[in-house]
Amino acid sequence: MKEHTKNLLHNIRQAVTVSLVLMLVCGFLFPALLNGLSALLFPHQAAGSLIEADGRPVAAEHVGQEFIQDYYLWSRPSAYHYNVYTENGDGTRNYQDGTKFPGIGSGSNNYAPSNPALTERVEADLADFLEKNPAVKREDIPTDLLTASGSGLDPHISPESAQIQVPRIAEASGLGEEQIREIIRNNTEGKLLGIFGEETVNVVKVNIEIGIAMGLIDA
Amino acid sequence: MLQLALTVLIYLIMVIPVGIYLYHIAAGKHTFADPVFDRADRVIYRVSGIRLQKGMNWKTYALALLGTNAVMILMGYIVLRIQSVGLFNPNGVGAMEESLSFNTIISFMTNTNLQHYSGESGLSYLSQMLVIIFMMFVSAASGYAACIAFIRGLAGRTKDNVGNFFADLVRIITRMLLPFSVIGGLLLVWQGVPSNFSGNVVIDTIEGTKQVIAMGPVAPLEIIKHLGTNGGGFIGANSSTPIENPTVLTNLIELYSMMLLPGACVITFGKMVRDRRREQEKSSAALTDGEKRIPNSLTARLFGREGRTVFAAMGILFVIGLSVCFWAESQGNPALAEAGLSQSMGSMEGKEVRFGIAQSAMFTITTTSFTTGTVNNMHDTLTPLGGMVPMLHMMLNVVFGGKGVGLMNMIMYAILAVFICGLMIGRTPEYLGKKIEGREMKLTALCIIIHPLLILTFSALAVGTLAGREGISNPGFHGLSQVLYEYASSAANNGSGFEGLADNTVFWNITTGLAMFFGRYLSIVIQLAIAGSLMKKKFVNDSVGALHTDTASFPLILVVVVYIFAALTFFPVLALGPIAEHLTLWM
Repeated sequence: MKEHTKNLLHNIRQAVTVSLVLMLVCGFLFPALLNGLSALLFPHQAAGSLIEADGRPVAAEHVGQEFIQDYYLWSRPSAYHYNVYTENGDGTRNYQDGTKFPGIGSGSNNYAPSNPALTERVEADLADFLEKNPAVKREDIPTDLLTASGSGLDPHISPESAQIQVPRIAEASGLGEEQIREIIRNNTEGKLLGIFGEETVNVVKVNIEIGIAMGLIDA
Repeated sequence: MLQLALTVLIYLIMVIPVGIYLYHIAAGKHTFADPVFDRADRVIYRVSGIRLQKGMNWKTYALALLGTNAVMILMGYIVLRIQSVGLFNPNGVGAMEESLSFNTIISFMTNTNLQHYSGESGLSYLSQMLVIIFMMFVSAASGYAACIAFIRGLAGRTKDNVGNFFADLVRIITRMLLPFSVIGGLLLVWQGVPSNFSGNVVIDTIEGTKQVIAMGPVAPLEIIKHLGTNGGGFIGANSSTPIENPTVLTNLIELYSMMLLPGACVITFGKMVRDRRREQEKSSAALTDGEKRIPNSLTARLFGREGRTVFAAMGILFVIGLSVCFWAESQGNPALAEAGLSQSMGSMEGKEVRFGIAQSAMFTITTTSFTTGTVNNMHDTLTPLGGMVPMLHMMLNVVFGGKGVGLMNMIMYAILAVFICGLMIGRTPEYLGKKIEGREMKLTALCIIIHPLLILTFSALAVGTLAGREGISNPGFHGLSQVLYEYASSAANNGSGFEGLADNTVFWNITTGLAMFFGRYLSIVIQLAIAGSLMKKKFVNDSVGALHTDTASFPLILVVVVYIFAALTFFPVLALGPIAEHLTLWM
C-alpha cells in the first residue's frame, strides 16, 4: 500500500512538471523561434505582406478591401466590409454604408441556402449592380461577384467578374478599356501548376495600379 | 475532378513514409534523427523526473493521461482569466468570462477547438501562445499517446504493459509535432502567413478610408492547428481568411498537415500487428517446418495486412463523402438561380474565390473526417446535402479521425463487424488472433452508443428549451441542422461549426463543454479498457472456423456496418434537417 501511494505521488509530480515544461517549450519557445526565423528569412511576409504606395502602407497583399468608387474594381460583398471604416471628427467609427463599425472581425452572415435573407441581399445587390453597370446583362454576372466569401476578407474575384466591370471603370476613370484589361491581366494569377485552385484577380493590386494610372496616388 | 483525384493521390504517396516514421517512434525503433532528439528528450525527462523504463498497465496509463490533462486544464484556465495583463497583449484584450473560459479550455484540451469567441478580438497573444498553441500540441500528443497504447494492447506483445504515458507524450511532441511544425510553419510564412508579435495594423487605404489588419503569431498556431488536427483558428473565420490561408499552396500544406498523421496511425497499427504475427510465425515455424508462406502483396507490405483493411474502409467512406459533397456544391443554389444570379460556378456563398468548389469540398470533407475542425469555407452556407456529408462524417467519427481516435473508433466497428458476421455465418468471433467475448462486446457497444447518445440527447435538449432555440439563426429546417452540427462537432471533438449559431451563451457554453468532455474521455478510457482486456487473452490458433479480417471483402463489410449503424441512429434526424431542406429548395 505504501508503494502504491508513493507511485501515485510520483505520477502527480510528473504530471505537473511535464505540463509546465511542455507549456514553456510548445507555448513559448516554439512560437518565439518561428517568429524569429520568419523575421530573418521572410521579413516581408512575416510582417503581414503590406503594400506601400504614396510612401505609406495602403493595403496588405492578401487581405481584400471594400471599394465604392466607380473607377475602382469592386470586391465581393462582405458582412464585415473588409474591416474598412471611416473615422469621424468625434471619434465614432462607421462602415462606409453608415452602420457602426464594431471593431475588427471576420466571417460571413452565415445565411443558409434556404434563408430568405440571402435571396433578398442578392436581389438588392443585383439591382444595384445592373443600375451602375448598364452595359451588363443580368445572366452574365458571375456567381462569385454577388455572393459573400467565407472570410469576409477575400482579396480576389474571378477574371470574369473583373471583365464585366471594365466598361464602368473605363467610363468613370477616363482610362482606355484596353489599358484596364492590361492591368487586370497583370494581376491575374493562374492555377497552381495549372491544376490546383482557381484563376484569381487581386482586386486591391488592380486598384492601386488604376489609382497610379489616374494620377491619384504615387507609386 | 482531376485536381481532386491528384490531391488524394499525392496524399497516398506522402502518408507512407510518415507512417513508417511514426511506426518507428511508436515501436521505439531507431530513426535517422535519433542523435538530436535523444538528447532533447533526455533533458526533458530529467527536468520532469520521468522514469522511462517504467511501463504502465492500461489503468495507470489512462489515469496518467486524465491527471495530466486535468493539470493542463487548470493552468490554461488561469491564463485565460488573467490574459488582460500587459504581457504580449498589444491589442489590449480583456480577461475572458467564466463560462466562455470553461468552454474554451475544455474545447482545446479535448482537441475539439470549438470556438465561441473570435480570436482577433477575444484572445491576447499570451493566451494564443500559452493556452491555444500549447494545448494544440499536448492535446494532439495525448490523443496519439492513447492510440499508440491502444495499438500496443492490440498487438499484444506483453500481458499488461502498454507503455509509459509521459515518455509517449514527450516523444510525440519532440519527434513528430515540433520538427514538422517548424518546417511547415516556415513554408506557410513564405507563402504569406504573418508571424510576429506586433499589434493589429491600421492603414489608410487609397480610397481615403481606414482598414484594420490582424497581425500576431499566426503561422506558429496555424501549422500545429492542422498537424495536431486541432482546428481552432487564430482569427474568427479560421482558414477561410487570407491571413491564415492566403494561397492554394498554403491550403494544400494545411490539408496534408491534417491528413498525414491520422493516416500514419493506421499504418503504425498495421505494422505493429504484423510484427507480432511474424514473431508468432517464427516460433511456430519451428514446429510446422516445410510449409510455404504466401508472399505479401505490395499494399500488405506498406500498410500491414490488418492496417490495409482499416485504411481501405476509411478510404472508401472518404471518397464517397467527397464525391457527394463536391457534386452537391457544384449544383449551386436554386433559390439564387431563381433570383436571377447565374449558378454556373456552383454555390459560392461562403466560399473563397481562390479555392473554388473543388478545394472547398476537399477541405470540408477532410476537416470533418479527420476531426480537425478547421474550415476554408463557411459550412453553414453549404448546400443542404453538401452540409449533410460533413455532419455525417462527424457522426460516424471513423473516417480516419484525428490523432488516432478515428482508428480506435474504426476498430470498435471492426469488432462489431466481426461479431455480427460471426453470428450470421456461425463462426467464432475473433479479431487480431483474440477471441471476442462478452466483456469486449459490452464495452464496444457502450463505446459506440455514447457518441449518438451525446449528440441526440443534447440536440433534443437544445430544441426543447428556449435557451437552446435562441441560438438558432437560420429559419426552417436549417435551424435543426445548426443544432445537430454543433453537438456532432462537439461530441466528435471536431470543432467546426455552422457558425451562424449564436453559441456564446451560458447554455451553449456549458452543454457543448460537457459533450466535448464526455465525447473525448469516456471513449478513450473504454477503448483502453478493451485493449487491456484483449491483452490478457491467449492467442487462438488460426482455424478454418475463423473469419479473416485481412481479405478484400472485409473492408466492404466494415463500410456497410458503419453505414447501417449510422442509418439506424441518425437517419430520422437527418431527414428532418438537411434532407428536408434539400427537398424544399429543389422540389
